[in-house]
Amino acid sequence: MIYLDNAATTRTAPEVVEAMLPYFSEYYGNPSSIYEIAGKSKEAITKAREQIAEVIGARPEEIYFTAGGTEADNWALVATYEAYASRGNHIITTKIEHHAILHTCEYLEKQRGARITYVDVDENGIVRLDDLQKAITPETILISVMTANNEIGTIQPVEEIGRIAREHNIFFHTDAVQAFGQIPLNVDDCHIDMLSSSGHKINGPKGIGFLYIRKGVKIRSFIHGGAQERKRRAGTENVPGIVGYGAAAKLAADTMKERTDKEKELRDHLIHRILTEIPHSRLNGDAEKRLPNNCNISFEFIEGESLLIMLDMKGIAASSGSACTSGSLDPSHVLLAIGLPHEIAHGSLRLTLSAETTKEDIDYTVDQIREIVARLRSMSPLYEDFLKKQGK
Amino acid sequence: MYSDKVMDHFQNPRNVGEIENASGVGTVGNAKCGDIMRMYLDIDDNGVIQDCKFKTFGCGAAVATSSMATELVKGKTIQQALEVTNKAVMDALDGLPPVKVHCSLLAEEAIHAALWDYAEKHGIKIEGLEKPKSDISEEEEEEEY
Repeated sequence: MIYLDNAATTRTAPEVVEAMLPYFSEYYGNPSSIYEIAGKSKEAITKAREQIAEVIGARPEEIYFTAGGTEADNWALVATYEAYASRGNHIITTKIEHHAILHTCEYLEKQRGARITYVDVDENGIVRLDDLQKAITPETILISVMTANNEIGTIQPVEEIGRIAREHNIFFHTDAVQAFGQIPLNVDDCHIDMLSSSGHKINGPKGIGFLYIRKGVKIRSFIHGGAQERKRRAGTENVPGIVGYGAAAKLAADTMKERTDKEKELRDHLIHRILTEIPHSRLNGDAEKRLPNNCNISFEFIEGESLLIMLDMKGIAASSGSACTSGSLDPSHVLLAIGLPHEIAHGSLRLTLSAETTKEDIDYTVDQIREIVARLRSMSPLYEDFLKKQGK
Repeated sequence: MYSDKVMDHFQNPRNVGEIENASGVGTVGNAKCGDIMRMYLDIDDNGVIQDCKFKTFGCGAAVATSSMATELVKGKTIQQALEVTNKAVMDALDGLPPVKVHCSLLAEEAIHAALWDYAEKHGIKIEGLEKPKSDISEEEEEEEY
């Protein structure tokens, strides 16, 4: 199998699994207990917290482990809204956030009386800073903009956004689930007050994430029932998950330059081959300000799910922004936000590389895509209409 | 997620293509939902469907239901073709996932649209056939490009 869906999840690295194993059957003690093996668990958590904090230039005590990126996003938004209600009820976010942010915003709007502004992005999926500035009101308490987009890989100007937020004394949260460990990121340089991340996107285990909360941000616990995580996140710690996450974060940071240089080269080769060899295809997202491993292309006149099934039959795992893969009738909100018409959004394909992807994988994949796209077009009434309009 | 029959009809769709000077052509669905089906019918003087072809923009289920629908109406009379319901298409495919049931409705609608076109061209009225609900050529105009 050629796995090109690393934005969905990644293979847990063997050294990560290795690091985790003792914490299942050997050092299984509850970190809150006082005997020796419990102490081992506690030490391991401390080490992982340090490993993770270092990657983003944070202090270890500002890292709070959660069950994943989604929980971290929910926590940041809901708890900030509750803690700072006396300052205002307005939150600014963008139209291309992950649903962990968008659906939480909808909840706050409908159930809790929040006012949310969803700022537009440009045709490459980059947030319009002018619009962001204009959206700020005296009631604005939080700006939440993702570091990099999960579908089209666009990297947002987080440093500028952080500066704007700081100037207006507004908290800045960023969903860095796709960016953490993939691109250099420093919470002080970017004036980030809260940051969400997830273990399984960086060759770590599933079911573990964290929320970075800058010292001084007074948000309360979201999950109640224990004094874990400095009384801010109850529940017995997922010790193997935390250990694995720490190991994965260290690995991602240590190998970042070499790994992403290679990924970028392959990504650009992939994009170049598709755009030159397959007519009526277009790259979605910014060509430069883009995650090293992300390629998102739309093929006119065809539908994404059909393409995915045919790729799967050729042993290639990928994903699409088509409605059929989202369980609704609407295609990806991200592709619509960058201005794609519905039928082109339906025909999108996301390929996300890993350190293990080879040039042979890419070349084989392009060859298959070319054939499949041609086959699906020969069956497409939209392509038939297009050819007739061209007089062919 | 799909039955073997659906996968078979998706991978080896029957009757893909166009019919030149077809007796009736119907296009249903819209790009917004991601499914468009076009059905071509060749109907002889006795009202028997001699040939049927399709083109579909859509997911695996959309292709499979179109393919199966062409198989089910081929060789049938107009009245028999009207009895090919979405349920008949689904049953013939050993079922569809719940979110894909609309594809079978679209296939039924595509047959009706092609028959409607045939009736209009020949100035006849087909008993039991109502004007198809969706027609892409009307909706397409509203789409923004």
